[in-house]
Amino acid sequence: MKKEFRVIADLLPRNIRVLDVGCGDGSLMSHLIKEKNIEVRGLEIVEENVKKCIYKGLSVIEGNAETELHQFPTKSFDFVILSQTLQAFYNPEKVLKDLLRIGKSVIISIPNFGYWKVRTSLLIFGKMPVTKTLPNSWYNTPNLHMCTIKDFFDFCIEKKININKVVGVNEETTSEIKKSNLEIKNLFSKVGIFLLK
Amino acid sequence: MPSIAGLFFYMSEKIKKLNVSKPLVLDCKKTVKDFPLAYETYGNLNKNKDNAILIFHALTGDQFVSGTNPITKKNGWWVTAVGPGKAIDTNKYFVICANVIGGCMGSWGPKEIDKNTNEAYGLNFPVITIKDMVKSQETLLDHLGIDKLLCAAGGSMGGMQLLQFCATFPNKTFSAVPIACSTNHSAQNIALNELARQAIMADPVWDKGKYLKKNIQPKNGLAVARMVGHISYLSEKGMQEKFGRKLQEKADYEFSFDADFQVESYLRHQGFAFVERFDANSILYITRAMDYFDLSRQFKGGLVEAFKNQKTKFLIISFSSDWLYTTKENKDTVIALNAAGADVSFAEIKTDKGHDSFLVNEPEFLKTLKGFIDSMHIKFKNEKK
Repeated sequence: MKKEFRVIADLLPRNIRVLDVGCGDGSLMSHLIKEKNIEVRGLEIVEENVKKCIYKGLSVIEGNAETELHQFPTKSFDFVILSQTLQAFYNPEKVLKDLLRIGKSVIISIPNFGYWKVRTSLLIFGKMPVTKTLPNSWYNTPNLHMCTIKDFFDFCIEKKININKVVGVNEETTSEIKKSNLEIKNLFSKVGIFLLK
Repeated sequence: MPSIAGLFFYMSEKIKKLNVSKPLVLDCKKTVKDFPLAYETYGNLNKNKDNAILIFHALTGDQFVSGTNPITKKNGWWVTAVGPGKAIDTNKYFVICANVIGGCMGSWGPKEIDKNTNEAYGLNFPVITIKDMVKSQETLLDHLGIDKLLCAAGGSMGGMQLLQFCATFPNKTFSAVPIACSTNHSAQNIALNELARQAIMADPVWDKGKYLKKNIQPKNGLAVARMVGHISYLSEKGMQEKFGRKLQEKADYEFSFDADFQVESYLRHQGFAFVERFDANSILYITRAMDYFDLSRQFKGGLVEAFKNQKTKFLIISFSSDWLYTTKENKDTVIALNAAGADVSFAEIKTDKGHDSFLVNEPEFLKTLKGFIDSMHIKFKNEKK
């Protein structure tokens, strides 16, 4: 399982209700049910993934988070998870607002455009970066609104969104990100995971 | 072709019937008891009773889901999905289906004999509702010794019955698959049903529903009613691809009103094949029940109230080209279930086959249905342990 999913699972208490937005084939959902006895629901746009979830007995709704989050009542979940998808929405701010409405807490992970390899690609080679976390080329990437960990950090402060915890994930390690180490973590983390309230 | 009365007598030998002795208060306030409910079962109920699946049929369906229908000698109406080795595998699951009341395959309906008059009910049959249908079928579970079903499934009116079943009996099924349906009938659907009813009532043979006394059927009206239905079950694209402007076994127009086009020939065939097996008054009664169906009207507080305290795990399935029960309508049910905090999944099958998709061989649909029911069986077995 992806290291990112392990970090997310560690952030969650047992026996709660979770909505996994963009749940993919349901790997994180299965993990949360097995390890933490969490009641989890998924929202997924890709038809093939929806079916994979159904075959596994997972509860999943086929739909587009950009337009269909309104169907979930306010504070109907303890946690809402959005893994590496925020940058792909036309209007990430609106989606985030909806997530914060639906969940008592929200966990958002973002692929970090401030990661050193990404920066080098553009700085040294003058090309749009293609990495493991950003595998697409400029012409076929679904990512419309790339940001860095620092960008998202500042965004939350500006929008008065309460940041509870930030974890940086790279190849080997995970580490907590605070205001004091933000510059360096923004350079060395591939993915940033934000716990928001 | 045997006479209608002859056909109905012949039917009685081939049909399992439960006499529902418990008084049933209908929505129209009449109370009935000791009426017949015709049903069929496939496969065997296992010792743990964790493999029972109840299927609700649609407007013109009956209890003969799988195998060969002993009355019509045609395939059961859901033979694509139910049978040995099929998505709903009768080697593994015990499948139950009852003919709805108001129907004409042995259950209490307008062609049955009214003991008070010794004549067929005709329009003296009470106007029944989806809820009445469902309440009568629930008695069948008691009769078969089933406390809780593994799953209940149904498409179209079958799906509407299923939503009603879950709302009225919240803990009777572990899982549910309402397919291509809605929590109330739209204006368009009521209009199409009205068209079907008017076609029947405009046939002089119908005679205010008293045709059975003369041992005849308003065939022309009933056939037109069926044609309306058939148009609504296909999609525009599917119809165009299947028929286009192709002519029926001829090279040129005949400059007449015979069936020049294949699509005309298809509709006439469907219409006139139907009159051999269905009672015209039953169409009036069952379409009326569909039109009256409105779950949110039944429950003060609306749909959230209808679905509160649901433990059932739902999978709602819609078809992209279905214009009778659109994806949007199916999604509205999902939204209501979500709002009530129920456990609900939803999948839209991309297909050109229209509303009919659930009855034909649509592999993506059948795979989804099978995947869901098999995974629910594992969960239900664990819950029962």
